[in-house]
Amino acid sequence: DEEFVGSRHRETRGHTKQRKLQQKCGDLIRTIRDPEKPNTLEELEVVTESCVEVQEINEEDYLVIIRFTPTVPHCSLATLIGLCLRVKLQRCLPFKHKLEIYISEGTHSTEEDINKQINDKERVAAAMENPNLREIVEQCVLEPD
Amino acid sequence: MGLFPSTKCLPPAISAPARTTSCSPPRRPCRTEGRGPARSALTFQQIRVHVAQHVGDPQLLAGTGATVDVQPGRLGEGGAQRRDGQGAWQRRGQATLRLLGQSAASRAPPPAPAGQPCASGGVHTRGRPPLLRGRCWSPPTSAGRTEPACPGEESNALGSRQAAMKDSLVLLGRVPAHPDSRCWFLAWNPAGTLLASCGGDRRVRIWGTEGDSWICKSVLSEGHQRTVRKVAWSPCGNYLASASFDATTCIWKKNQDDFECVTTLEGHENEVKSVAWAPSGNLLATCSRDKSVWVWEVDEEDEYECVSVLNSHTQDVKHVVWHPNQELLASASYDDTVKLYREEEDDWVCCATLEGHESTVWSLAFDPSGQRLASCSDDRTVRIWRQYPPGNEQGVACSGSDPSWKCICTLSGFHSRTIYDVAWCQLTGALATACGDDAIRVFEEDPSSDPQQPTFSLTAHLPQAHSQDVNCVAWNPKEPGLLASCSDDGEVAFWKYQRPEGL
Repeated sequence: DEEFVGSRHRETRGHTKQRKLQQKCGDLIRTIRDPEKPNTLEELEVVTESCVEVQEINEEDYLVIIRFTPTVPHCSLATLIGLCLRVKLQRCLPFKHKLEIYISEGTHSTEEDINKQINDKERVAAAMENPNLREIVEQCVLEPD
Repeated sequence: MGLFPSTKCLPPAISAPARTTSCSPPRRPCRTEGRGPARSALTFQQIRVHVAQHVGDPQLLAGTGATVDVQPGRLGEGGAQRRDGQGAWQRRGQATLRLLGQSAASRAPPPAPAGQPCASGGVHTRGRPPLLRGRCWSPPTSAGRTEPACPGEESNALGSRQAAMKDSLVLLGRVPAHPDSRCWFLAWNPAGTLLASCGGDRRVRIWGTEGDSWICKSVLSEGHQRTVRKVAWSPCGNYLASASFDATTCIWKKNQDDFECVTTLEGHENEVKSVAWAPSGNLLATCSRDKSVWVWEVDEEDEYECVSVLNSHTQDVKHVVWHPNQELLASASYDDTVKLYREEEDDWVCCATLEGHESTVWSLAFDPSGQRLASCSDDRTVRIWRQYPPGNEQGVACSGSDPSWKCICTLSGFHSRTIYDVAWCQLTGALATACGDDAIRVFEEDPSSDPQQPTFSLTAHLPQAHSQDVNCVAWNPKEPGLLASCSDDGEVAFWKYQRPEGL
């Protein structure tokens, strides 16, 4: 049945595209450096391939959800990592998207506080106008040579 | 310089008086070809020092403030959520249970038209699964994923309804108000002839009509060192106030097409999020991430004096607005509440706290009479609250001489992301919302509905009104149906709203 085959192809193409976008996100975030240690987030297992979820909102617009696992319980470092993730993806994702970033459930005592902060775009914008914070974030998201 | 063009220059520290050209990160994908000269990178030791300075601060996202002192005491200050021993999620969960309990007890709401979510007074009524989660800040599970309202056309009736709702908002024009940046807020002057816009490029722009198009009449630069978050016109239309992330509020005096900064109000510890003039013209309110609301008095000589610092909120205060005809002030906060303040014996006091939203309340709007207040939130709902004075007919209890406020309507299931602004038209009573899903919506109250439990219907829904989040919607105060909106994409758009037949 032609129509059936056609729709199966479309579905596969949709999934393939989503998979590609997922990989693109993963490629962008895995090289982000940890604010404290001279390692990438991937090396420290703060982010993994499976921590990125991409959902289609409508044609050409996607919801990207990142769940990361901070290495230390310090709130400020976890928030800083969240900020780096947001800045890197916001700047570099080549497709139209909405972004949500969360700490993976159960990995942090104040995850709700942190999740709320890093998903508040006004707080993020103000933070990036603070020269000290901005410097740290820029160092962490700098593409490796 | 690295591969990110934005690393060419950094915003100035707040203490530096000199102005620099603004540079915010360009909103385009990073390029990997072509590299500039390498910038000397901070060593990891230096980064560790910076980070150590911030470790004492549980609220890391500190905007202003060149240095952060490590204050061990502040570690415990994670906000009211932890103080009472209950997690924030538990409190929100209880709020949800209370609401669900109410819905069982109340009388049956009017049935929704097929496939169309509707709102009814006092309770949630939805055609779709509830958007409120017990834990607002946990990642969505695949089962609980919220759906945008009206996804796809299920029937011809729904399709033509959607088309009608798109047609009720007609685009009149767009201007690139804050290019390469975001536009945060808009304000019409009282005469309705000028529109002020402000944004991440640290500028305020004044727009006016010239024939059929909107042109930029003035640019107010060099007033602020950081993002300008909100602007507000004085009731006489001769002054404009601008609130900035640089922790100051500038007062500009209008002299034909020129604006001159006549005063800078300082005092807030960090970003000022909102500014509002009282209808009398003698009072100004500001609010900040420092959790406080300040009330300022202005005299005939344009002298400003802070008459009150209100510390009722437990978190970042996002918005302040004055009642249209009483000296009553309302504030919206990251602590999920709305608070009301009035003057009592020479000092300002908090006279009411409105609880119910499950996440940050971003904006507020009073209805033309001032009897009702609309609030919009990160929890994707709009709530309508009504004032009940002591001795009211409905028998709503009041404590002392202060009126009580009750939530009489909740609009849920209509917005698929955070609602950043709500605007109540003073001429027609229509309610417009600005949403993080790039859409603009308009609601109108059903004329036959009970004033104590009003129902609102969605009369306009324009997806992709902008290419990014809509941050503000503003009704023109003189021309009915004229609506302005602005977005993270830096653009300002003008719309003509007309309630379509049959909706």
